[in-house]
Amino acid sequence: MGLFNTFEISGSAMTAQTVRMNLVASNLANVNSAASSVDGTYKSRQAVFKTVVDQFSNDPAVAKVAVDRIVESEEPLKAQYQPHHPNANDDGYVFMPNVNPIESMANMIDASRSYQTNVEVLNTTKQLLMRTINLGKS
Amino acid sequence: MAISFDKHLGAFDDALILRSRRSEIIASNIANADTPGYQAKDIDFKSAMSNAMGTRSEFKKDSLKMATTNNNHIQMSQNTFSADTMYRNPYQPSLDGNTVDAGVEKTEFTKNAIHYNASLRFLTGKFQSLTKAIKGQ
Repeated sequence: MGLFNTFEISGSAMTAQTVRMNLVASNLANVNSAASSVDGTYKSRQAVFKTVVDQFSNDPAVAKVAVDRIVESEEPLKAQYQPHHPNANDDGYVFMPNVNPIESMANMIDASRSYQTNVEVLNTTKQLLMRTINLGKS
Repeated sequence: MAISFDKHLGAFDDALILRSRRSEIIASNIANADTPGYQAKDIDFKSAMSNAMGTRSEFKKDSLKMATTNNNHIQMSQNTFSADTMYRNPYQPSLDGNTVDAGVEKTEFTKNAIHYNASLRFLTGKFQSLTKAIKGQ
């Protein structure tokens, strides 16, 4: 029945937003993870979402969301001159991750707002279904 | 004299089915609020309801069956209401092609839930009046 699909749709959205929150947490945790080479340094990670339409029911209304892939940022890394750093390379430079904390905080607010909205959708649908089950009961 | 539930319940069972379908569509919109390239969908409730009320029993039958040439072909589950899905006009352009406006979708979802509750309330009233008539009160 129609309303039951909503549980899967909102559930998939909550999972996807959780992945996004985890990535924000990973980015913020690794803000200072300096490394000696460009390839070895932590780069800011973002999730790309995609719509998943159920191929068996062929119903365009049931559009779940899933994480398509996690991409690393291509922004150039900042090299700081710290010759006494344990990870400094031969020239005395360490490479800092390209995490933008302000962007990460904005991402976090957006992800948590989407998560809350989907929880509300779930609760409302559950209420509607319970009322439908109790139809006719005085 | 048989009780015709169809006539007595009026349009409310169709309204319930359409409202639950619309709730699904709007929930999909809300879930895909961050997906690049996703277009927000909705159904035109007025025209869908008038369709359902105009051709009540015919509308519920599967009008678009897949032509099967072999007994082993599986019939896809038909959803006769799926033809009504339309795209919502976005209020502002976005960089990634996503046309979902979270505020609009939230309000539409709430309105739809209230309408669903109202239809449920009316249906309950109809059933209760039927019960009273049967009991002879």
